[in-house]
Amino acid sequence: MATTENPPTRQTRDRSPWYWLLVIPVVVPLLVPVFNRTDPTLFGWPFFYWAQIAFIGVGVLTTTVVYQKTKGR
Amino acid sequence: MPVNEGPDGIQVTEATIFVALFLVVTVMGFLASRWRRPEDLLHLDEWGLGGRNFGSWVTWFLIGGDLYTAYTFVAVPALMFGAGAAGFFAVPYTVVIYPMFFLILVRLWSVSHVRGFVTPADFVRSRYDSPTMALLVAITGIVATMPYIALQLIGIEAVLKAMGVEGELPIIVAFVILALYTYSSGLRAPALIAFVKDALIYLTIIVAIIVIPVKLGGWDVIFGAAEEKFSMGSGVLLPSTGQLQYATLAFGSALALFLYPHSITGVLASKNRDVIKRNMSALPAYSLVLGLIALLGFMAIAAGVQPIGTDGNTIVPVLFDQMFYDWFTGIAYAAIGIGALVPAAIMAIAAANLFTRNIYKEYLRKDATPRQEAQVAKIASLVVKVGAVAAILFIDPQFSIDLQLIGGVIILQTLPAIVFGLFTRWFHRAGLIAGWVAGMASGLWMVYTVQRIDPATGEVIREHFAGSAFALSNLGLDSTYTIYAGFIAVLVNLLVAAVATVVFRRMQVPAGTDGTALEDYFANEGDPRVKDLPEVVEGVSLRKE
Repeated sequence: MATTENPPTRQTRDRSPWYWLLVIPVVVPLLVPVFNRTDPTLFGWPFFYWAQIAFIGVGVLTTTVVYQKTKGR
Repeated sequence: MPVNEGPDGIQVTEATIFVALFLVVTVMGFLASRWRRPEDLLHLDEWGLGGRNFGSWVTWFLIGGDLYTAYTFVAVPALMFGAGAAGFFAVPYTVVIYPMFFLILVRLWSVSHVRGFVTPADFVRSRYDSPTMALLVAITGIVATMPYIALQLIGIEAVLKAMGVEGELPIIVAFVILALYTYSSGLRAPALIAFVKDALIYLTIIVAIIVIPVKLGGWDVIFGAAEEKFSMGSGVLLPSTGQLQYATLAFGSALALFLYPHSITGVLASKNRDVIKRNMSALPAYSLVLGLIALLGFMAIAAGVQPIGTDGNTIVPVLFDQMFYDWFTGIAYAAIGIGALVPAAIMAIAAANLFTRNIYKEYLRKDATPRQEAQVAKIASLVVKVGAVAAILFIDPQFSIDLQLIGGVIILQTLPAIVFGLFTRWFHRAGLIAGWVAGMASGLWMVYTVQRIDPATGEVIREHFAGSAFALSNLGLDSTYTIYAGFIAVLVNLLVAAVATVVFRRMQVPAGTDGTALEDYFANEGDPRVKDLPEVVEGVSLRKE
């Protein structure tokens, strides 16, 4: 970790285009009419349920990418 | 399987395992004061924030244990059991929250570490030079947190009922023990116990998600049973009139959760910005668990579970009892019971921090030393716990459930001051106060109008405060849609705050001095401005550099 050297303080700002990625997992799970359906089912789960569980993965993926790209800031 | 009942109908195996695990965490709770031992525990940074030095793992367990409470684990499946798909809002709620708060929380962490803030109200006081707005934030936080603590008791109660334990004494004993080790160990106690809690929760849910569907004949059967139960309505999907409520409830609840003082306490206890960012990716593991736990409600439908008495919150404990061996049921019950202790402790600490910093030190004793602060906070945490127990014993538990629901609506009214305040100082302090008043008034009015109607007969069962789904027809709109009351209230708040800001600026009402600097919002661990243990500031905004 970057604790040994002094990170720059003045110029460090949380402006990065990568942060725009975070919009995706905030907006997608709220588009209810899009996923309020039964088909296609997966392992007996209606789409409504497995899709929203899948959104968890989308959230993890985006926050991980954003963290990796903005580390130490 | 009630084959091992003792003389009083108590399930001996379950109860023995429950008590044994409870004793283990009690010992851990007291020993926690020696964990990462500080030089002096009598300092609010130590007692109330665990030394501000938790790494990624501890933070993950602590915040996970903090946000995903026993009550959640009991109430969400109960909602699925009773209302179907609408109960699944817990999943989108806990998906959107992390990307949404990613930038907000790191800023809050930085400014709090540079300036020595312990509570969100400390920040508001310094940022806007407004003890009044800080007081409003503190009071809102305390009022919203209190019923939340009381609800944790309802989680324990559901488990005790399922074990056949009657009476209120066990709950009182459990909370007295909790109060004592929180008093002596502070935030270290729930942080340490959270490891046990989460290990038990993950174990229980992994077993449940494998064993129960197999026993019931597969997921098709589970969703089929739910489809049949709700076939009069929209089956396992949302009715078209419920979709707006679903999305706004998920969004509004997500906005609210990190405004709760106990969530902020967990965040401020972490050691640097990267710990927080990493946790925004790691905490959704709990969301997955919550999604699976929600489906326990449908499994209970398929298993033909009958709640104990009229208490819908008992369906998960009863389901476990029907599905698991007694010894494993005991472990599952312990998971829920201990799951109540962790958030209850953190909430009490957070409320105590607010009282100490923003009421006691601000208004009662301005020259309080760090030692006195810590001492006052410890006593305040005891008072908070006694209050929670009293609320459950002497007031109808339904009142706590109502209050907690309102709690989400009112805590949202601190959003403009805290969240917007982290990015801009555009709002005028008096404008924020005006917005808070408007948001509170409109929010309370909206939840007041919410009735519960018997779906079969159309009769009104409850006149007021029966939920947070505000009917748009109340605004004269020709619509059968409902919307989350907190969402509208916070929009009203923002609108009034913005208009009032413009007006107060025109009138040249003094806006006060910003006690923070731009660089504060980006500072990280290792930055010379961030001290490992900031000596407690003499009146937040008066810090000498």
